[in-house]
Amino acid sequence: MRAFTYERATDARAAVAAVSEPGAKFISGGTNLLDLMKLDIEQPSHLVDISRLPLRNIEDLRDGGLRIGAQAANSDVAADARVRTRYPVLSQALLSGASGQLRNKASTGGNLMQRTRCPYFYDTAAACNKRRPGAGCAAIGGFNRIHAILGAGDSCIATHPSDMAVAMTALGARITLLDTDQSVRHVDIADFYRLPGDTPHRETVLRPGEMITDVVLPPPPPGRQLYRKVRDRASYEFALVSVASVLSVKQDTVRAARVAFGGVAAKPWRSVEAEAALIGRPATMATYRDAARAALRNAIGRGHNDFKIELAERTLCRTLAHLAAAS
Amino acid sequence: MSDSVMRTAGRSPDERAGRLSEIELSVNGRVRRLAVDPRTTLLDALRERLGLTGTKKGCDHGQCGACTVLVDGRRINSCLTLAVMHEGDEVVTIEGLGAPDDLHPMQRAFVERDGFQCGYCTPGQICSAVGMLSEVAAGWPSHATAAADAVAQRIALTDEEIRERLSGNICRCAAYPHIVAAVRSVAEGDAG
Repeated sequence: MRAFTYERATDARAAVAAVSEPGAKFISGGTNLLDLMKLDIEQPSHLVDISRLPLRNIEDLRDGGLRIGAQAANSDVAADARVRTRYPVLSQALLSGASGQLRNKASTGGNLMQRTRCPYFYDTAAACNKRRPGAGCAAIGGFNRIHAILGAGDSCIATHPSDMAVAMTALGARITLLDTDQSVRHVDIADFYRLPGDTPHRETVLRPGEMITDVVLPPPPPGRQLYRKVRDRASYEFALVSVASVLSVKQDTVRAARVAFGGVAAKPWRSVEAEAALIGRPATMATYRDAARAALRNAIGRGHNDFKIELAERTLCRTLAHLAAAS
Repeated sequence: MSDSVMRTAGRSPDERAGRLSEIELSVNGRVRRLAVDPRTTLLDALRERLGLTGTKKGCDHGQCGACTVLVDGRRINSCLTLAVMHEGDEVVTIEGLGAPDDLHPMQRAFVERDGFQCGYCTPGQICSAVGMLSEVAAGWPSHATAAADAVAQRIALTDEEIRERLSGNICRCAAYPHIVAAVRSVAEGDAG
């Protein structure tokens, strides 16, 4: 690991001031950043430790929503009684990710900011536009079984690895950001991540030095919630495809629907096309298939990951059928 | 964090490079003071600086779980955290759980149920299992917990639950059936 200096931030304002120095980075749980530093993929010269900032609370909001502090551990969020009862899709998503040890350390903000697990991004001998802009992409034309089928381009086909963020996308979460000038802004999670375009190294709309302070969940949308994850092994594995969905069915008709996919794009993929194809339609498999086709209409396979298109359709259908049966 | 480290913030990177950080942490009930390079992981501090080699370095990337220790009662991968981030924390390693003449119930259960072959993953397995049982006692659900039970906070510690909750610990000898049996025996209170 390259040498770096370390300081522990004492409050949020000091943290964003400290990270303004060139080469400085925040460290929270560290479970992804330290891994990448050991591999020489991340090379910060200064670390600002924000893990002890008083941003660990999970608070009820007057409107029935919930505010989750950016430093709240993944395990604490998953186990929170309010999350389990009002936002079960979020608890399920968190519990389907990583391991017990990692969830105890990984924070909410860090989970949002984790980098892709594309093997070419991890291999410093391989071409990667995300790691070295302009270097090319070894995944396109390479072994791209785990790669993106939606929203990708000719510069990068990496996926975002988070499960948590997929559930938050289905729930319409809003991310609170503190800027280096101490101003605060709120960004919908749907607008937080960038698609790769020509700049796959720019993954979010975060400004340099900006820090996530919390995530706000609006009141739960109507209906039942489910996170379904399909992967190569039963536990401790990233998604090939996952679906976070909220479905409200009354008198055999879909009244409200939320659909987001994981493992298919550089960002958690909310499908308003699928939602539109569901709302007002009979709660039948034919409807779910229409919604799935609408969601994957613009999907592009790259060879090894062609199977993901059908897998995503089937996973959505199965998830919706499960939710409708439980209604 | 000590003053010496906090003060480094205002210096240029060249001036700060190579500086050691003074930390104080409790390890197995004993306060330890160390001057460490900020790069030092908690794992390396335990093994290389404090001579606590019971905690193992397997993959060094958080994938195998051999380095699992308890920090403030919670299991974590000591390879994926910096020693300087644990100022004031209480760390418990396999050496702190029990001793050869005074085994922790989980250690005794692993011996009695033959929960290992080569033994390299065992300290991590045991620390992870001890942390996991605290999580169950606190009512934390897992991916294996049925949705209704997850809401109701009822956890029946089935073999499926044990396997899911310990999936962060790899055993390349594949002693899993006996590891599950050992953990189950402790959970059921009939170890030893």
